Amino acid sequence: MTPVTQLSDVTSVPSAGGAPLLEVEDLSVTFTRRGRRDVRAVDGVTFSVRPGETVGLVGESGSGKSVTSLAIMRLLPSRGVQVGGRATFDGMDLLSLPKDSMRDIRGRDMAMVFQDPMSSLNPVLTVGRQITEVLKRHRGMQGDQARDEAVTLLSRVGIPDPARRFREYPHQLSGGMRQRALIAISLACKPRLLIADEPTTALDVTIQAQILELLKELVVDSGTSLIMITHDLGVVAGLCDSVNVMYSGRIVETASRYELFGHPRHPYTAGLLGSVPRLDAERGQPLQPIPGSPTDTLPWAHACAFQPRCANRVDRCASETPLLERDPDRRDPIGGPHWLRCFNPVTGDTPVTPPGAELVAPGGDALDPAAEQVGEGDQ
Amino acid sequence: MSDASTTPPAGEAPATGTTSDDVLLEVRDLKVHFPITKGLLIDKVVGHVKAVDGVTLDVVRGTTYGLVGESGCGKSTLGRAILRLEEPTSGSVNFAGTDVAAMHGEELRRARRRMQMIFQDPMSSLDPRQTVESIVSEPMRAHGEPAGKKAQQQRVRELLKLVGLPQSAAGRYPHEFSGGQRQRIGIARAIALNPELIIADEPVSALDVSIQAQVVNLLEELQDRLGLTYIVIAHDLAVIKHISDTIGVMYLGSLVEEASSDELYDQPLHPYTIALMSAVPLPDPVAEESRERILLTGDLPSPANPPSGCRFHTRCPYRQETRCDDEVPALREVQPGRKVACHWAEQILSGEIRPSAESHTVAAT
Repeated sequence: MTPVTQLSDVTSVPSAGGAPLLEVEDLSVTFTRRGRRDVRAVDGVTFSVRPGETVGLVGESGSGKSVTSLAIMRLLPSRGVQVGGRATFDGMDLLSLPKDSMRDIRGRDMAMVFQDPMSSLNPVLTVGRQITEVLKRHRGMQGDQARDEAVTLLSRVGIPDPARRFREYPHQLSGGMRQRALIAISLACKPRLLIADEPTTALDVTIQAQILELLKELVVDSGTSLIMITHDLGVVAGLCDSVNVMYSGRIVETASRYELFGHPRHPYTAGLLGSVPRLDAERGQPLQPIPGSPTDTLPWAHACAFQPRCANRVDRCASETPLLERDPDRRDPIGGPHWLRCFNPVTGDTPVTPPGAELVAPGGDALDPAAEQVGEGDQ
Repeated sequence: MSDASTTPPAGEAPATGTTSDDVLLEVRDLKVHFPITKGLLIDKVVGHVKAVDGVTLDVVRGTTYGLVGESGCGKSTLGRAILRLEEPTSGSVNFAGTDVAAMHGEELRRARRRMQMIFQDPMSSLDPRQTVESIVSEPMRAHGEPAGKKAQQQRVRELLKLVGLPQSAAGRYPHEFSGGQRQRIGIARAIALNPELIIADEPVSALDVSIQAQVVNLLEELQDRLGLTYIVIAHDLAVIKHISDTIGVMYLGSLVEEASSDELYDQPLHPYTIALMSAVPLPDPVAEESRERILLTGDLPSPANPPSGCRFHTRCPYRQETRCDDEVPALREVQPGRKVACHWAEQILSGEIRPSAESHTVAAT
């Protein structure tokens, strides 16, 4: 195969080695409901985050990226949800930790930034109160001390006039400022791991650039590890050291960002890259969309879920489950191995749309991922 | 809005870059102000939100005009005001020779046949209790065209085929479709009466990434096939750049820059456009790291109380001591086909004025 662009001389270091801070192994989440088939939202997800590293989880809606993060944070409801696998944070298995210990860790060692700051801030408490709450709970601060620290945090995330904002309610803040306040809360205890779930999706581009810059600074200055969950490949390209692409509950490709964007191997990754209009592309070239919709899937148990939309599909894809394996054809010069779940990966050129492309199956006839039995252990 | 400082200078010349004479839509100094009222029994007007404040633009037949800007800049209100879904405060909208802003009643209703809208969220713009057939044929029933149920059914089938939906879709309900397919239904409804102008307000931003491209391609294909004229409103600069021939950049209710799509990207002239461009993340780590980035500070000021002088001066990285704070820049033609509302556009272009140091960062590695 001949790569289009040669990236072998890229020098940036995706964080020095060392023991992983968070190791997620074979994580699965199944939603159960009486009278309904089980829905396996996350299936055999494995990845790790080293200290100071930024890891991206990319996928479309329904790919399981948010559920993965909620499962790690133990924020999923206990009824109707089955979580399997392991998530080891600094030697502790988060999934089997007692609730009290988890509460101590959450907010102190691990924190989360959500997509919509308006619905994750409490509208009837002042911003200041919501920050000091964390400081009091986890760092044992009191009164003025907590107040001063909260104001410092607000100014650190770039909120102008922090003393005034401290006394204000969320609705008095603009969207970008609310997101900053939320980040201030999550940083209150200097967490070692920050999970950002679509932190900029609700924001304008100029504000998005500010927030991303802020997150970048945090990672560099305080050595915080960051899990960035997004559907925006542009955000990933500028921020993440390694990237996991998810489709229908499973990771289909993992590589460093240079490797992934330079040599996408999974047809889904390549398809995503081909379907995004680029600001620096020539005008007049039609986009190369992925046909069908994310709900047109086959069950992973005995096929590749992406098969119905795949331009590179071969016969095996409909009858056999591809495993997430080291890509033998690619040797990633810097970011470690390139992991891939595909029988017929993309080589060099972008794939062409298959003939008879338009997949139309409203109602998703017999293409229900929920029909699936428990998948085999991967890797 | 008594003073005429925002009145466009070159109202007579065709505004767009192309010299084509076939202008379908002329918007002249359009203003939409929403009153802010106070009081319990008697509403007292205490101010106005100047959502659209003096916009002038021309749209050439068969082309796509892209309106881009941050949320709250008035781009959607402008689109709605062109269709008279929002009552303009002043100004004129001249559509194929008739002033839409002055029409009333039946006349307006009939004129609307020729201009249609595609909405952002296909779920909330389609009635969940109507079948697709009923949704798509509703404009035909409203305007009695084509007459007769048979003909309308036939037309629905044609339309479904045109937007890439199966014939069986006609009898189904919106919830049975995925987001992209729902947007196709919305598009089928919009083109049902063979309109000339379609205003698409954020047509793809509610869709998944892989679906966006399908809808963008469909819009382009329909334009080629049916000779449609589009005004596409979006906040995503990459989508706008891809789809538009001419782009108008809006900030706080007025256009700050207008140029052809390629020129705007090659050499943005207005500081806001420059910042907006540099803020769009590129899906390419190498390009991402090597490019210069201009970070804007702060948020969009309130359109109820816009800054004096140039509205962008509170956030502008190129702000100068003189003129910016107190003099409203007019949208003027700096180069042929390129209009910019900035006092210092030439100096910025020549590199004489550089952005201030704190806003100017090379993307961190």
